[in-house]
Amino acid sequence: MDPFASTSAVATETARAVAELKNVERVYQMGNNQVRALDDVTCRFNQGDYWAIMGSSGSGKSTMLNLLGCIDRPTGGEYYVSGTPVSSLNDDELSELRGRHIGFIFQSFNLIPQLNVLENILVPRFYLGEPGDNLEDKAMAIAERVGLGSRVDHKPRELSGGQQQRVAIARALINDPSLLLADEATGNLDTQTTAEILELFDELHADGMTILLVTHENEVGERAEQVMRLKDGNIESLTRNRHGAAR
Amino acid sequence: MIKNPFLRTFQLGVKSLMLHKLRSGLTTLGMLFGVASVVAMLAIGEGASKEAQEQIKQLGSNNIILRSIKPTEEAVSNQSTRVSVYGLTDDDFDRIEDTFPWIDDVVPVRVLQQEVRFGDTALNPRVLATTAKYQEVTGRPVLEGRFLTTLDEESVSNVVVLGYEVSRALFPFRSPINERVKIGPDYFLVIGVLLPRVPIGEANQGAPGAEVTGEVIIPMSTGRKWFGDMQVKIRAGSRDMEQVDLHEIIVGVDRSENVPAAAAAAREMLGLTHRENDYEIVVPLELLLREQETKRIFKIVLASIAGISLLVGGIGIMNVMLATVTERTREIGVRRALGAKKKHIVMQFLVETVVLSVGGGVLGIALGLAIPEVVAYYTDMAPVVTPAAPILAFGISVGTGLLFGMYPAWRAANMDPVEALRHE
Repeated sequence: MDPFASTSAVATETARAVAELKNVERVYQMGNNQVRALDDVTCRFNQGDYWAIMGSSGSGKSTMLNLLGCIDRPTGGEYYVSGTPVSSLNDDELSELRGRHIGFIFQSFNLIPQLNVLENILVPRFYLGEPGDNLEDKAMAIAERVGLGSRVDHKPRELSGGQQQRVAIARALINDPSLLLADEATGNLDTQTTAEILELFDELHADGMTILLVTHENEVGERAEQVMRLKDGNIESLTRNRHGAAR
Repeated sequence: MIKNPFLRTFQLGVKSLMLHKLRSGLTTLGMLFGVASVVAMLAIGEGASKEAQEQIKQLGSNNIILRSIKPTEEAVSNQSTRVSVYGLTDDDFDRIEDTFPWIDDVVPVRVLQQEVRFGDTALNPRVLATTAKYQEVTGRPVLEGRFLTTLDEESVSNVVVLGYEVSRALFPFRSPINERVKIGPDYFLVIGVLLPRVPIGEANQGAPGAEVTGEVIIPMSTGRKWFGDMQVKIRAGSRDMEQVDLHEIIVGVDRSENVPAAAAAAREMLGLTHRENDYEIVVPLELLLREQETKRIFKIVLASIAGISLLVGGIGIMNVMLATVTERTREIGVRRALGAKKKHIVMQFLVETVVLSVGGGVLGIALGLAIPEVVAYYTDMAPVVTPAAPILAFGISVGTGLLFGMYPAWRAANMDPVEALRHE
């Protein structure tokens, strides 16, 4: 059962914005040409939301992802993460913001090959500079949570794709982020494994995690609660999936 | 799980390097040989220099040594029998003793070619005929017994002081004191044994072809009495007869500041009185200064070689690290996305470079310390390892790592995370 189900109705008005874009634009300078990858986008993602951001290639999807993940900055407008305006931050502060608030999940898993599962999960923790006392217990708990309890000593190359993506998800969760940002997280997985990973996202959503899925696959997008479609750097549509997670 | 950030970075660095064992191993070779050559050359150079300086000091740094040498024109003459007269004379000795204002002692030395025999054992050491002052001027201590005295000289006694090597050869298992050895035609009472010293190449001018086994010392007056001024060398088909008054005059100068003046005076005086160039003047102090200059130059050369080899090693490491950074662009992007600040990335790659260079450096120190041992085993050189050398080498390898790691690390840290993540 969704623990938020009972409160969501009253919380809707005052729901905390985890990420908010106001008139955001991102312009790339390509030689003499200006490319407007994002053009005046305004939207907001609330605590506990489960969004799929969709669009064809060149729609501004990747730019949107980079901005949302704070690895890129808007050239115009403002982006707030948990109320903090991103443009006022310097490089170090931005790094810390990423570490603290954003959990990244990549298409190609991107685990550190020389580290084992547990060490991979703990990477963001150490960059935060506050390892804490029972961090290993916490990492173990998260590994159990994503179904990797028996494999924490393995190196990434000893794991299947699905298992590697589970490690990546665990790694994204270690700092209790405000926002889970998945970039084509199932793009490199077979149908069966894709289903398992999406199942995991459903569970995380049910636990109240805010999830943004960037994808071009309709089957994946349909699993989300709401869908944002981008086209030519603008929001084309915002829709609510009927058959999304019960909410 | 290590919580200390530095140790964890270090551990990560080692893990990353172990991912490419061959590449890391080869990269350290440059540092390894650079550092090894520095350490080994320092030890060998220090040893050689110390040996040379000790030899010079044994000559006495306040001494001037005048030596007779056979003029070369005479040597090519093909007369079958003749007497060659050359070298320092008793007059030279008297003039120096009477006129030089700076001298403490002047010691005459004659070198005789005589067999020294005890029982069945016969040797051909240098037989030095000299005075009691020889010990003061050369500062050679006596191992047992006593040195010559003025009384021995005046009474023309048949007494002898054995060099250590001769003593060991003639009396391997007991003290030679109060034994009698046969020198030339007569028997001499052994009154003392000298402490051994490192043989001095130049000073060992014994008879050509004869094996020089140390030296023995008898009073000058006794030497003249038994062996006269004439020496006969019998060679195949010819007999060389030489008449040399004194083979060496050792001038002991009172203070080292006066050594150059005394040396100049001796040069001038001998230049006036000798028609032929049948003498040489050895000034140990000058040799010492020259040796120190040589050592200084050696150190400059060493520093240059060390600098170049470490530069090459450092560039090698930098090259590999640049390749590593490019290869791991995506990892860098991922780490940045996961919250790594620039300083984290800099640290990560800098630590890797330093681990490489220090790893090479430590192995290099080990090799550099082993090489002098091998050299010492196969030659009679005694390399001197100063504690400063390995410490210096270690410092240099850390420094090289930091210096040449700076740029790759900087490049890694300043990558655009978006670009880095997109990198295949």
